Amino acid sequence: MLHHTVLRVVAKLLVPVILLFAFYVQFHGDYSPGGGFQAGVIFAAGIILYALIFGLDDTMQAVPPGVLKILSASGVLLYAGVGIETLLLGGNYLDYDFLAHEPTHGQHLGIFLVELGVGVTVASTMLLLYYAFAGREQGQ
Amino acid sequence: MLSVLANDLPALQVVVPLVSAPLCLILARWPRIVWLLCLAASWTSLAIAIELLDQVLSGGTISYAMGGWAAPWGIEYRIDAVNAYVILIVTGIASVVMPYANQSVAKEIPADRVPLFYALLMLCLTGLLGMTITGDAFNVFVFLEISSLSMYGLISMGRDRRALTSAFQYLVMGTIGGTFILVGIGFLYVVTGTLNMADLAMRLPEVTQLRTLHTGFAFLVVGIGLKLAMFPLHLWLPNAYAYAPSTATAFIAATATKVAVYALLRFVFTVIGPVIAYQDLPFGEIAKVLAVLGLVTGSFVAIFQENVKRMLAYSSVAQIGYILLGIGLATVMGLTASMLHLFNHALIKGALFMAVGCLFYRTRSVRLDDLRGIGRKMPWSFGAFVIAGLSLIGVPLTAGFVSKWYLVQASLEVGQWPLAVLVLGGSLLAIIYIWRVVEIAWFGSPSTRAAEATEAPLGLLIPTWILVLANLYFGTHTGLTVGVANLAARTLAEGLR
Repeated sequence: MLHHTVLRVVAKLLVPVILLFAFYVQFHGDYSPGGGFQAGVIFAAGIILYALIFGLDDTMQAVPPGVLKILSASGVLLYAGVGIETLLLGGNYLDYDFLAHEPTHGQHLGIFLVELGVGVTVASTMLLLYYAFAGREQGQ
Repeated sequence: MLSVLANDLPALQVVVPLVSAPLCLILARWPRIVWLLCLAASWTSLAIAIELLDQVLSGGTISYAMGGWAAPWGIEYRIDAVNAYVILIVTGIASVVMPYANQSVAKEIPADRVPLFYALLMLCLTGLLGMTITGDAFNVFVFLEISSLSMYGLISMGRDRRALTSAFQYLVMGTIGGTFILVGIGFLYVVTGTLNMADLAMRLPEVTQLRTLHTGFAFLVVGIGLKLAMFPLHLWLPNAYAYAPSTATAFIAATATKVAVYALLRFVFTVIGPVIAYQDLPFGEIAKVLAVLGLVTGSFVAIFQENVKRMLAYSSVAQIGYILLGIGLATVMGLTASMLHLFNHALIKGALFMAVGCLFYRTRSVRLDDLRGIGRKMPWSFGAFVIAGLSLIGVPLTAGFVSKWYLVQASLEVGQWPLAVLVLGGSLLAIIYIWRVVEIAWFGSPSTRAAEATEAPLGLLIPTWILVLANLYFGTHTGLTVGVANLAARTLAEGLR
């Protein structure tokens, strides 16, 4: 692994940019093409690139599978939780109008939170899938 | 707080199990709390289902706009007598299976996977409830995929290594089925530009003669047929039921095919309309022929099975035949019989698979050879099997009798006495395969495994017997089942005349 100097240098340069781009796609998704799913995939792809170059063990130390399991569940919970919040505020399930004093703000907040939930779940699930396949040969 | 949520019961019906699934993963460290959570979620679902059925019976159809988007544009949850009844079946079975799960799952699933198992079970429940409650054709597909994917996972968790191949086989077949359904829905969307079922029903009569519509309908029937194990698309079912963990088998066998039948009914009667399905296209004839073939071959093959769970699985194929036969007849009486058998077969197969799960809990085997003489060692477990078996055969005073009685009447009503004879013939075959088990398990000399067995724990016996007693109760008190089934059938048959 230590011989691939070019790969390692390029990856070190690219990974932070990819992760940053993932956040851009996530949080600018309200105004431009993008959203939770795409952002989650890009984010996971960044980490997977790191794992391909620097090995699975290092990656699992940085992003432990136990945390990913919790994260993958919390994303769904966040999405469903937004729906329950709208129920409690008197609206229908996932009716974002009720989340803020003004419907437009409510819609903003709602779609922001829901997409965040999607992003977290997609990124962590993709990584879990990758771990499951990549870790197989090591007898896990 | 409760009054705030009173109008949101249709959403909560799906959301409660949906939220509990990820919570299972987060609470994975405390398996006992995970189980209690799932128990609470399924009982809450049942309470909501009862309340919804009550509201539908007194106030008519309920419509719920997801996200506040009005019906044809947004996703609508639409509940009438038909799906309120099916939701009651699904949540009822879930509420009985969940207490049973605790000990059964602890014995059959490796400890680190128990929370995952519960999460999948809750997702499966979510998918089945969503498929039933939604009034949006595409939403049906989405929930179908949720329930199917979780079912593949549930089946693959069986201890037997063959569980993996059977889950994979089901995955391949199920994905083909799902794709066919998606293509069918796509065709409907192409000709109408809408996905809302009620809206589709309004627009489709304008385009009845379009080849696209007929093709879409064919895709839908084949796709849903795969999901409900319509003969000859049933090949995934026997292995899937046989090698899945006992809890998963009991839950899936009692609910999944029922919900698929509901989806078929919904698409044939509400969306496409019986005029196109039965008059322009030969759906009635096809359903009848496949029903009879499934009924006869399923029962015959069941007689020769060495694995009790596989035998019951083939019997399920035959029972689906009964349900399909009622649909093929396309009369109110036939539909009533089908709706009744949905309910009664859920009770019967739930009880049978749970009783077999009790036997498996002690003997670690469901092979007939290993169960030799088990009846005298585990009288309560095997007694449950026998009574549920009698109900499967259709002995008077059991639930199975009621639905077969209606099915025979429905066949005679349209003058098709050969069908009535076939229904009775199917019962005779059921006597053979149930008796085979009774003879070996009760009168055979105990096998080595049976000799060591003791009665199953109460945690398994009580839920099993609740279902067994339900079989007897609904065999003698038919007010609820026949009443609601008849109302549901009349709701479906509105387009018949």
